[in-house]
This record gives sequence, structure tokens and C-alpha cells, in this order.
Amino acid sequence: MFGILTPQAFIHGPIETVPQLMVVFGGIAVMGLVLYYRAWGWLYREWLTTLDHKKIGVMYLILSVVMLFRGGADAAMMRVQQATSLPGSPGFLTPEHYGQIFTAHGVIMIFFVAMPFMFALLNFIVPLQIGARDVAYPLLNSISFWLTVVGAMLLNASLVIGDFAATGWLAYPPLSELAYSPGVGVDYYIWALQIAGVGTLAAGINFLVTIIKMRAPGMSLMRMPIFVWTSLGSMILVIFAFPILTVTLALLALDRTLGMHFFTTDLGGSAMMYVNLIWAWGHPEVYILILPAFGIFSEIVPVFSQKKLFGYTSMVVATMSIVVLSFLVWVHHFFTMGAGADVNAFFGIMTMVIAIPTGVKVFNWLFTMFRGRILFPTPMLWFMGFLSTFIIGGMTGVLMSVPAADFELHNSLFLVAHFHNMVIGGVLFGYFAGLAYWFPKLFGFTLNERLGRYAFWSWITGFLLAFMPLYILGFMGATRRLDVVDPSWQPLFIVAALGVCVIALAIFFQFLQLVVSIKQRNQYRDTTGDPWNGRTLEWSTSSPPPHYNFAVIPTVTDRDAWWEIKKQNLKTISEKKVEIEIPNNSFIGCIIAACAFAFGFAMVWHMWWLAVLGIVAIVIVLIIRSLEEHTEHTITI
Amino acid sequence: MKEESLLDKVTFGFWVYLMSDCVLFAGLFATYAVLQDATFGRVSIETIVDLPFVLLETVVLLSSSFTAGIAVLRAREGKKAQSLFALAATWILGFFFILLEGSEFVHLVGEGSGPGVSAFLSSFFVLLGTHGLHVSIGLLWMLILAAYIWRRGFTDTAVRRLTILSLFWHFLDIIWIFIFTFVYLFGSL
Repeated sequence: MFGILTPQAFIHGPIETVPQLMVVFGGIAVMGLVLYYRAWGWLYREWLTTLDHKKIGVMYLILSVVMLFRGGADAAMMRVQQATSLPGSPGFLTPEHYGQIFTAHGVIMIFFVAMPFMFALLNFIVPLQIGARDVAYPLLNSISFWLTVVGAMLLNASLVIGDFAATGWLAYPPLSELAYSPGVGVDYYIWALQIAGVGTLAAGINFLVTIIKMRAPGMSLMRMPIFVWTSLGSMILVIFAFPILTVTLALLALDRTLGMHFFTTDLGGSAMMYVNLIWAWGHPEVYILILPAFGIFSEIVPVFSQKKLFGYTSMVVATMSIVVLSFLVWVHHFFTMGAGADVNAFFGIMTMVIAIPTGVKVFNWLFTMFRGRILFPTPMLWFMGFLSTFIIGGMTGVLMSVPAADFELHNSLFLVAHFHNMVIGGVLFGYFAGLAYWFPKLFGFTLNERLGRYAFWSWITGFLLAFMPLYILGFMGATRRLDVVDPSWQPLFIVAALGVCVIALAIFFQFLQLVVSIKQRNQYRDTTGDPWNGRTLEWSTSSPPPHYNFAVIPTVTDRDAWWEIKKQNLKTISEKKVEIEIPNNSFIGCIIAACAFAFGFAMVWHMWWLAVLGIVAIVIVLIIRSLEEHTEHTITI
Repeated sequence: MKEESLLDKVTFGFWVYLMSDCVLFAGLFATYAVLQDATFGRVSIETIVDLPFVLLETVVLLSSSFTAGIAVLRAREGKKAQSLFALAATWILGFFFILLEGSEFVHLVGEGSGPGVSAFLSSFFVLLGTHGLHVSIGLLWMLILAAYIWRRGFTDTAVRRLTILSLFWHFLDIIWIFIFTFVYLFGSL
């Protein structure tokens, strides 16, 4: 009946019990609040069933923020552990628990912080920038979101019932095989990512079709805003990369549950094949995250330099080159595999080549600023912070692209510092910039500038404090994922831990910024819909936009469509009444997600009957939906 | 929403999905290519392959693709009976294909060459099994669509769904051609 689930699975050590209780009581508290305020109806009508891309975007953002707290707590625990543990006096975490923490940290930050944050921004902005009323498939959009939530919930369920993988964020075999990880941790990992991955793939298809098919009249490909271009590139990567992840994790699951031999050490399995496959997904994944950040900066820099973007065409070419090249560099994650000099040389050179289009982008932004009348509100600060940190990260990346150097630096803290440089300095700062920039569009009021500045300066100080020591430690020989460190490294680890404290302060400022801005929202109200004197179509509608985005679909005559409209004083409001079709709300996303959760949980605990039931239920729901006739209603404005 | 724009969007989106599925199969083909010699002293592809049997499977599946095409053409002309007849033929052929593939699997497992025996057999079963799973999903989809058409006739929605179903079916055919070539023909060399 309950597969391999026993009461033992609920019993944890003293330190693991704290998050376990936090998840349980957190859940109860949320339920209690909803009941107390009798908010079920509101929650159901306005959020759970919504197909409005803007609201789905808000929910993605909330998911991302909630998971950021968990991933951040994991990071803090790792830093404390490494700053306090010495041979003979191990820190406060057991090696097994520490292994789970660094695994969960990586998985959460990439899949459940960065990805939802990216889809939040895409959901908010892509339809608005192309002058569309919604995405191509609104219901699929809702399903995608709820499947991502299921992935995050499975991951959090592992805090309460059983444990999580202690294998590192990519779960390399043979460690992740049943022989060496007999618990359910790796199964939680597999099914959380598998279910969220299906959601991501569906979202990728959705946005690709939206961008290709739903642009406003006159918006040819070469008139699209750069954020739309980079989103397009990112979605192409999702569509080509995520199926590889699906295959890889499915094969690992087959090894673990049906006793197959893809990656095992015996009967012909090949662990290095897993490593190749997972990085054939994993490297494009990095670009899936960074491309939209590049797009955000390409929107922000022209607006705050009060000039049009320098080198639009080269920006497009650079983006698409990165899309292609990102599939040709995966071996640089494991030069030490022993593929031979020829193979390593090829992948090393391709890795260096990919720095060229990235450099083109950096120079384009710099030339856009050149002789501009530059303003420095927080989005622009994030850009300046990004530029400096990202260039450090880029240069250390090129350094490691030399296979000979990589043999020294492989799996060292130098590498850890490098990729945090890219994902914090690049991806996260980019998304923060985008959030600060588009926040007024979404919620109708701007964020408090002063606290935004405090947050920015704390972030960048904390970031440098936390990660620059890791570069040095890497050179000193510290490898990643150590739970006990050499005494001579301790001072630098303490500096890094202090850095995390400063980052925590930064996150506190961001939280405070949100609270203060909400409290004083009347003061920051954006009544024009165009608080930054923007250039693209999202600023042509009110803030926040109505459900249907545009009463009249704008006609685009040039790049920077809204700038043209403003310059020529064109009308954007129609006197005539228009009829607009709006998709009806649907609870199907939530139902499918609930079934998917049951399925995933059942697969983890070998409750086969429940797994079958979950799949059958999903099929039945889809069949019922396919028989529905009237899924839209018309409103007249 | 206007039917043409919906057809356009849905068909295009489905093409994109098929391309992503293609990548999924590419992953499995690559796995098979890497592991096909990892037999660990157990059966290899040379001993498994039975070309006349595979030819039968191929003919059955390709014929089903032909009838699926007919079903769409007749549906667009509004010929309900002929279209449903062609769809039924497609279903029977597809089902026959699954039976053939299933019998091959049962035979192998019975011989003690199940998917857990060697890395080669794992990759063989999973590559073919994933294709077979797709065909089975196609069969289920066909039943549901046939019931829909039976009740509501050839509405625009029905024709659109039939069109993308046939896209799916032809796609599985192409995958099978690759399996036929890379697994069986190369394997029999």
C-alpha cells in the first residue's frame, strides 16, 4: 500500500527537524491565514484558476522568492559549516546532511529560483512587448506553472518525509545509482526535476509560438525588442535541451527502479555517458538563464542612456550565435574525462569562441551609453554591477577553457567562484534589474529608490566578499563540496561567510523595499503607464495593464515602436467599441499538478498503484477538457 | 478565436513539440550507439535481429501511416464514413504493430535477455519501448478522437485534431525508419 514508505522516514536528526517543522507549520500557517480571511474564493478565482499571463508571472515570481529563501538558507549553512569545521572538530552538520544541503542548494537555485524568475519576467513582458493579448496557449501556460510548483513541492516534501539526494546538483552516477545511494533522495531529485522539466518544456514551446505567431502587425523579426529576441533564443534552447534532461533522468530512474544498466559500474553501463548527456542539457541551460538577462540589459541601457540601442543587428546575431555555440561546448565541464587532446582542444576553442558574441554585447551596451545622457536609477545600478562582475566571471571562464589550466582548476573552489560570478553577477543581477524596471508596469507603482540602492550596494559588496576568497582558495587547492577544511584556509572561509551575511542584509533591504513601497504606493503611483520614458510597447498601455493588455492592437512601424508612436503623436486609444475574446479561467492546471504530485511522490516511494492512478487521472482530465466546447468569453470595451 | 489562426498556432506548436520529441529520441539513439557493443558477453544485436520479422513490422507501420494520411484527406473533404474507416484501419495496423513489438519483447525476456541483463539490452529495450509507448499513446488518442467525431461530426476542431494526430503518427513512422536502419539493418551487417 505505501511502498517503501515507513514511519522511519518521518524521523530526522535534531538539525534536520527544524526545516521539517518549518515546512509543516509554514503550510499550516498559510492554510490558516486563507481560512481566517475567508480568502478561498478570491484565491480560487483570481489566482489558482487564472490564465492571465501577468498573474501567472506573479505566481512564478512568488515561487522563485519562496525558494530563494530556502536555497539561501542552504548557502548560509554551507558557509557556516566551512568556516567552522576543522579536522578534529567537525562543524555542526553531519557529512550526509551537508551533502544534501549542497545538492539542494544547487538544484533549488537553478531550477526553482532562476527558472521561475525567468519565466516570471517572460510571462510579464513578452506578450506586452510584442503587442499581444496573451500567450499562444493560456491553459498550457497555467499547466506549466503548476507543474513547476509540483517540482518545488516534491523537493520540499523531501524535508519532511525521507531525505534528499546527497550527490551534487547533477547527481552523477555511479554515486547516484542504487548501489551507492540506496535511499529515496535521488528519486526525489529525479521526479522533482522530471515534472518541473515537463512544465518548462511546455512553457518553452508556448513562448516560442507566442513570439513567432502573435506579434503585432508590422513587427517583423528585425523590429522585435532585444528582450524578445533573447527570450526567443532562450526558448529555442529550452526546446532542444530539456528533452535531453528528460531522457537522462529517465534512464537514471530506469537504472534505479527497474534494475537496468545504463550508468552502473557493472554489466556494461557507462557513467561518463550520463555526464555527457547531462551537460549536453546543462550547458545550454546556463544560456537559457543568461540570455533573457542580456535582453533585459539591452532594454534598460537605451532607456536610461536616452539613446537608441547601439548595434541592434549585431546584438541579434550575437544572441543567435550564442544559441548555436552553446550546444558545442559541453565537454568543457569535464575535460578531465580523458577524451583526448583533439576533443578537448575542440571544446576548449569553442568555449573561447563563445566569448566573442558575449563581448560584442558588452561593447554594444558600452557604445549605447557613450555620449548618452545617462540616468542612474536602480535598474541601471544593477547593470553597472553586472558589467563589472560579469567581466570578472567571463575572464575566469576563458581562463578555464584552456584544457591544461582546467586540469588544475577542475572541481576546485575557483570553478565554484566562476559560475557564481556568472549566475549571481550575470543572471540574478539581470533579473533584479528587470524586476526593478518592470515593477511599475506590473503593479502600478515604482519601488522605493533609496532602499533599492542600499540593496544593490549590499548585494555587490556581499557578493565580492563571499566569492573573491573562493578564487584564492581554489588556487590554494580547496576543492568543492568539502565538509571539513584545512586550517590554513579558515581565514578566507570566514571572510566568505561574512560575505553571506552582507548578502542576507541585501535580501533584507529588498524585502524592506517591497514592504515600504507597498505601504507608500500612493506616493509612487505610476499614472502615465510610462514612468521611465520607455521605448517599447509594454509602456504604451496602462500600469498595471488590463487583462486584455491592449484595447487596440498597436501597429508597429519601426524598432522602438512606442518611441515612434510617441514621436509621431499617434493615437493608441480607439473611440469605437471592440470585442475581445478572453479564455475562461480553468482549474485544470491545479488538478493536473495535484495528480502529477501524487505520481511523483508515488514513484519516489514505489507506490505503483498511486503512480498509475495519477497518470490515468491526468489522461482523464485531458480528455474531459478536449470535450469542452466554450472555453472563451467575449468582453466589450 | 478564429479557426484559421487557431489551426495555424496549434499546428505550428505541435511541430515544435515534435522537434523536441525528436531530440528526446536523439538522446536515446546516442545512448544506443554508445552502448550497443556493451553486451557483457550476453546476446548482441546480431543474434537478436530477425530481418523478415522486422520487415513485417515496418510494412505494418508504414501502411498505417498511409491510411492515416487518407483519413485526413477524406476528413477535409467531409467524407465522414471513409475517413473513419481509414482511421479504423490505421488503428488496427498500429495495434498489430504493438502486438508484434510486444511479442518480440516477450520472446527476449523469456529467453533470459531482459532489459536488466546488459547495458546493450537496456538501451535496446528503452529505445524501442519509447517508440512503442508513443505508438500506444497515439492509439489511445485515436480512440478518443474517433469517439469525438462519432458524436459531433467533422467540426473544425475535429479536423484540426485529426491533422495533428496524423502529424504525430507520421513522425513515429520516421522514428521507426531510423530504428529500422540504425538498430536492425546496421545490426544485421
